[in-house]
Amino acid sequence: MKQDFKPNIVGFLCNWCSYAGADLAGSSKLEIKPYLSVIRVMCSSRVNSNLVLNAFLWGADGVLIAGCHPGDCHYEKGNYYVRRRFALLKKILETLDLEPDRLQLSWISASEGKRYAEVVNKFAEDITRLGPSAFHTNPNI
Amino acid sequence: MSNVLKIKKGVEQGVNELLKFLLESEKVKGIFTLRKMNENGAVSYSLITHPKELKNAVPLFPLMPVNAGKILSGFTLKKAINEPIAAVLRSCELRAFIELIKRTQGSLENFLLISSTCGGVYPLKSLTDGTFKEQVSQYWESAKNAEIASDIRPTCAACEYFIPQQADMTIAIVGKNDLQQECSIFLNTKKGEEFTIGAPGNIVSEEIDTKETTKLREKRQDQKKKLFDEFEKNGFGIKALVKTFAACLSCHGCSKACPICYCTLCDFDSKTHEYLPSSHEIELEQKGGIRIPPGTIFFHIGRMIHMAVSCVNCGMCSDVCPVNIPVSTIFSKVGDSLQKLFDYLPGKDIEEPVPSGTYKEEEFTEIGE
Ligand code: SF4
Ligand code: SF4
Ligand code: FES
Repeated sequence: MKQDFKPNIVGFLCNWCSYAGADLAGSSKLEIKPYLSVIRVMCSSRVNSNLVLNAFLWGADGVLIAGCHPGDCHYEKGNYYVRRRFALLKKILETLDLEPDRLQLSWISASEGKRYAEVVNKFAEDITRLGPSAFHTNPNI
Repeated sequence: MSNVLKIKKGVEQGVNELLKFLLESEKVKGIFTLRKMNENGAVSYSLITHPKELKNAVPLFPLMPVNAGKILSGFTLKKAINEPIAAVLRSCELRAFIELIKRTQGSLENFLLISSTCGGVYPLKSLTDGTFKEQVSQYWESAKNAEIASDIRPTCAACEYFIPQQADMTIAIVGKNDLQQECSIFLNTKKGEEFTIGAPGNIVSEEIDTKETTKLREKRQDQKKKLFDEFEKNGFGIKALVKTFAACLSCHGCSKACPICYCTLCDFDSKTHEYLPSSHEIELEQKGGIRIPPGTIFFHIGRMIHMAVSCVNCGMCSDVCPVNIPVSTIFSKVGDSLQKLFDYLPGKDIEEPVPSGTYKEEEFTEIGE
């Protein structure tokens, strides 16, 4: 069943960089695995950890947060906050062994269409390998 | 070395004498302390302004009906108190209060903070199951000998922060051989010194950290390791978590008792996490079955995200859990790893921002690349 498993990945993309990066990847006709459901946010810092949890609960096998490189945030420091928040959530998932690899944060600028395609494809591969997440398949949660 | 006020009375009596002095001399307007409610050992926090009401005060009683940090935050949330109040509270209660202040939930202003080297508290259930009286009889002996008193809250037995950091005065209990004859009150701050001018007793110079306190700290550290090891034996991962919280009623009592959970409306009690018929449908489609009440594990993980970095290991959550889930062990474990990550000790330094509300430009630089 793993072979034909098509993961559900939620991608929270910052409007000012990663979303534009995704656009560029598309208009450059790069090959991108079709598993990412994109949610556009005004800044990576809009993504609080409850949004991430909810994504997992409602069916995500992986969650990607992408924003501007440190120093380039449109609101100056949003991505510094989200980086901490991410480190914290990741540490909780690690401590309880809750498959931390299903969560990723990547900096992708508006001009990095190629990087966007690479990040998404690599993450999709990783998640495909991990298989469906117990968060939305275990009936006892 | 600090100045220590010595009162030639047993420790409990000595502290009461000090409180009486503070109130009668009008150095403080009120005393916030535990008070006996009945003969079976029930106590509750009280605010006392008349010296005669002090007669049932039991400031060092080894029970914690509520984490006092939560109450003091409630007192000062809107406005700092405008007259001096002496508050007697335990190390983890003081730490919780400071965490709350850092989260703009209160003010230290006008408090005279009196704490003690802490021998721990008993679970509240020991009152109802009738074991308290027997247990408490060996409490002072254990404290005196710097031993872990048996049957105290598991989290107390594993607590290494029993010497309070922020108190104006600290009543020495751990490892004090002469507890029954003499009451030693360490004056840690200028404020502590000023308020005791004219108090009964004499001043000597002593060190709060002794061979005995070190001994207890080591024992408690061992115990902490054991507690975590025990927990880890159940394994981790989603299956283990489901098992641990299998009996959870979703009553959210743990978060209501937690001093750090201060939100008036918890996100998990709000519409955001309301389960509509459509939510059930989606879940049923995904899983073929759902647990009711739903969202239990998410509630606990969500709570960890919001507060575990500030967890002071007070044990209130485990204590109030109706189905005996070791909530505080799990939160301590997660809290411990988060606190190490940010090199942060909750309640240690009032100037240091809570890790989740700040950042440094040069940190976690490997993330995102
Ligand atoms: S999570 Fe439990 S142990 Fe930690 S501060 Fe809250 S009530 Fe105390
Ligand atoms: S107090 Fe116990 S039963 Fe109630 S929500 Fe917390 S863990 Fe679950
Ligand atoms: S605007 Fe892109 S991360 Fe803040």
